[in-house]
Amino acid sequence: MATFLLELVSPEKLLLSRQVEMATIPAAEGEMGVLPGHSPMIVTLRGGVIRVRENGAETERLFVGGGFAEVSPERVTVLADEATPLANLSRADAERRIAEAEAALKEVSPTDAEARRDAALERVLAARAMLDAAQAA
Amino acid sequence: MASLKDLRMRINSVKNTRKITQAMKMVAAAKLRRAQAQAEAARPYAERMEAILASLGAAVAATPGAPQMLVGTGADRVHLLVVVTADRGLAGGFNTNVGRLARARIRALEAEGKVVKILTVGRKGASYLKREFASRFAGEISFMGKKRIEFSDAESVAVRVTEMLEAGEFDVCSLVYNRFQNVISQIPTEQRLIPAPLPEGQAAAATGPQALYDYEPDEEAILASLLPRNLAIQIYRAVLESTAGFYGSQMTAMDNATRNAGDMINRLTLNYNRTRQANITRELIEIISGAEAL
Repeated sequence: MATFLLELVSPEKLLLSRQVEMATIPAAEGEMGVLPGHSPMIVTLRGGVIRVRENGAETERLFVGGGFAEVSPERVTVLADEATPLANLSRADAERRIAEAEAALKEVSPTDAEARRDAALERVLAARAMLDAAQAA
Repeated sequence: MASLKDLRMRINSVKNTRKITQAMKMVAAAKLRRAQAQAEAARPYAERMEAILASLGAAVAATPGAPQMLVGTGADRVHLLVVVTADRGLAGGFNTNVGRLARARIRALEAEGKVVKILTVGRKGASYLKREFASRFAGEISFMGKKRIEFSDAESVAVRVTEMLEAGEFDVCSLVYNRFQNVISQIPTEQRLIPAPLPEGQAAAATGPQALYDYEPDEEAILASLLPRNLAIQIYRAVLESTAGFYGSQMTAMDNATRNAGDMINRLTLNYNRTRQANITRELIEIISGAEAL
């Protein structure tokens, strides 16, 4: 089957760079399955799980906490704020992060800039997605 | 002439110093390797980010509602210098070189009648610049005591800069840090952060057809979340390079110190042996002349 190059990078390291058949990306406006030959796109990501398919089977599942993806017909570059293989996620961590994010959201006053409120809300949602992912693993 | 006992004490103390500098050199070498690996690991992200920003930025920069972080405030009056140094010394001219560049820049900018604000990352830069420019300080940040600098640390610096930008506290922001060239040479460098420099994007746009991207949600939204991250990654990269450079510089400095201590031990030992010889000769002369007198 046709493949494309998937690169997953976080600021701290290059996590993945290889030929895959399909990748499912948690784009900001809904999950997005990418196959080879996809039309060029730049999307923002929300917190969620990237799934990778190779040789007809799902081989990798990684949690990303937000970021961007650049899609072109022969390659996909995911710039993740952070990325962890699902197996390494811990529920305790995720729960702590939810608590922190919710506390931060409460502190944001309605008079603040909209962008700041959105960012705080997004962080809560990303943390919840992390817990879901941890439970699913 | 120093007595034999004094010389022996000197030799021992220099030997101890040599032991310490040698150990520090070894530690610096180990940490250098780690810091270099970390800086290396951050590179792919920064490169991809640059590519995306170049293709996106060139398209949006020309439009009137472009974000401040990309095009600046339009003014050129208040400059913010983010000065990245190490938290520790004993690294040769490492911190001083950055400090000197920063000082030269501040002087030059003020001579042009501009207002300068300083934000330091790392203790040494703060203490160097405070002596002269305490009134320009907008803040100081230190990662002292951290084993490893995480991306979130750099992000906190970026957030600080972003807040200042939103509050309209500066027009132009540049980063002054030691660029890591190789283990023995670090180059103090100034790099502009805001407005974001886009040389590659313009070149790419000029050279012809680029892939036409679809944007989801839309250009502005993506740019709005891309730019703060770009700021963070630039700062992260600078801090990592500076850290790697610091250990490189410290290694070189400690290597020199070890060698100097060795030279000094040789000189002192020679001196010690000469003195010992002279003492023996003198005693012999005393005995012989005493025997002859009889």
